[in-house]
Amino acid sequence: MLKINDLHVYYGAIHALKGINLEVHEGEIVTLIGANGAGKTTTLHTISGLIRPKEGNIVFEGNDITKMAPQKIVARGLSQVPEGRRVFANLSVRKNLELGAYLEKNRKVVSHHMEQVFQSFPRLKEREKQTAGTLSGGEQQMLAMGRALMNRPKLMVLDEPSMGLAPLLVKDIFAIIKRINEEGTTILLVEQNASMALSIASRAYVLETGKVVLSGPSAELAKSEAIKKAYLGG
Amino acid sequence: METLIAQILNGLSLGSIYALIALGYTMVYGIIQLINFAHGEILMIGAYVGYFSVAVLGLNIYMALLLSMFVSSLVGVLIERIAYKPLRKSGRLSVLITAIGMSLLLQNGGLIVFGTDFVPFPQVIERIPYRLFGGRFVVTSHQILIFAVSILMMLLLQYIVGYTKIGMAMRAVSYDKEAASLMGINVDNVISFTFVIGSSLGAVAGVLLGLYYQTIHPLMGFMPGLKAFVAAVLGGIGVIPGAMLGGFLLGIIEALVSGYWSTTYKDPVVFVVLIVILIVKPTGLLGKNTSEKV
Repeated sequence: MLKINDLHVYYGAIHALKGINLEVHEGEIVTLIGANGAGKTTTLHTISGLIRPKEGNIVFEGNDITKMAPQKIVARGLSQVPEGRRVFANLSVRKNLELGAYLEKNRKVVSHHMEQVFQSFPRLKEREKQTAGTLSGGEQQMLAMGRALMNRPKLMVLDEPSMGLAPLLVKDIFAIIKRINEEGTTILLVEQNASMALSIASRAYVLETGKVVLSGPSAELAKSEAIKKAYLGG
Repeated sequence: METLIAQILNGLSLGSIYALIALGYTMVYGIIQLINFAHGEILMIGAYVGYFSVAVLGLNIYMALLLSMFVSSLVGVLIERIAYKPLRKSGRLSVLITAIGMSLLLQNGGLIVFGTDFVPFPQVIERIPYRLFGGRFVVTSHQILIFAVSILMMLLLQYIVGYTKIGMAMRAVSYDKEAASLMGINVDNVISFTFVIGSSLGAVAGVLLGLYYQTIHPLMGFMPGLKAFVAAVLGGIGVIPGAMLGGFLLGIIEALVSGYWSTTYKDPVVFVVLIVILIVKPTGLLGKNTSEKV
């Protein structure tokens, strides 16, 4: 479904991604783990068209999306839940969700999607008229995910959904991600919380200073000594 | 008491023009955090298009307004695409200096194209004085037209920003451009649309200024532009109701100073008021610290 070939990204003189290869198949949860500064967010930004790579290409469902504008990539069914949630704090929960369905012209379809998002996230329904800035961190994360779901993505890319959340909430968020996947959305998940990510993903890639250093089925990686030492605190 | 009310009525019509110009500044600031110093020149171009529409093409005032809105929008969007867009990722100072350069370019271009003379603006509607309360106050048909057109434009703006899809996109872009593009919003188009709206309001203000002062000139945009910028800052830059409040306040202050003291002092007083308000409340009257922009 998504195939990244030999991706090189620079920030000025800094070589941030040094030839990333990555693949996500339909129906999977794939996770990309690694330390701070490894290039996880850069990879996701490049996928969504927010950053242009110097070399390499990104193919989504057989189409080259490497040079496509962000809004066109969203239109193809690839939505991102950005790091730090990035909800529109000045707008109501409802307006945030409406913005998630910005490309859908039919109002009936939009309200149908909203009903479904409210079913998945009853908390958002309760807070429908509140401005997003007044929500708690966990609720904002739900809103960011609900907003992305409004676009009915085929592939949902999540950047550090557990960041800054209490352990109990992290569990909830991962359960929701799993459910979204079971309902038919393919997931690419970037996480620092490696043990949680490996527990729900079928495959994983480990990123270190702009390179994929390890990849394979999550269960195997979770057992690997190198991973345990570096990321799982064992 | 009668002078007071008469001056307030004067101030309201001039203030409504300032408010329209200030809205242009504040909209553009809200979306790309740029003080568009060329906005006064957009207004001047609008006034000249209005003049040609009436004097040469023989259109009525409403058609003239529409045509000048159209031409000014075009110029506004061109300026944004040519001069500001390439600098969007550079520092704010570079764009600001570019805006000042654009303003000078258009002023001097105007002097070359339109000449250096003041041009009498055609009196498109008959100047009828209406006497109110047994003739104690006089309101002219011009004042009413200026006030009515300005209020109509402001209502239209509130509707677009508050209740339409593109308005919602503007608010999203002003808050977070990257997040907005992840929603599928074409950020460049939304920015252009903001320039269309700001420039249209500027064009209307230009034509109304022509009606108000009865002459137009290539440098006519400079002082009202500066005043409206003051108005926008006074009300809280980036805040729409703030620009309206600031505009009306400024118009009324000017009228009162002119009426009770001397027209010589109206400009210094305006700037003193700005300084005082910025000392007391640096974000402007309606500005918030975590400002909701656009």
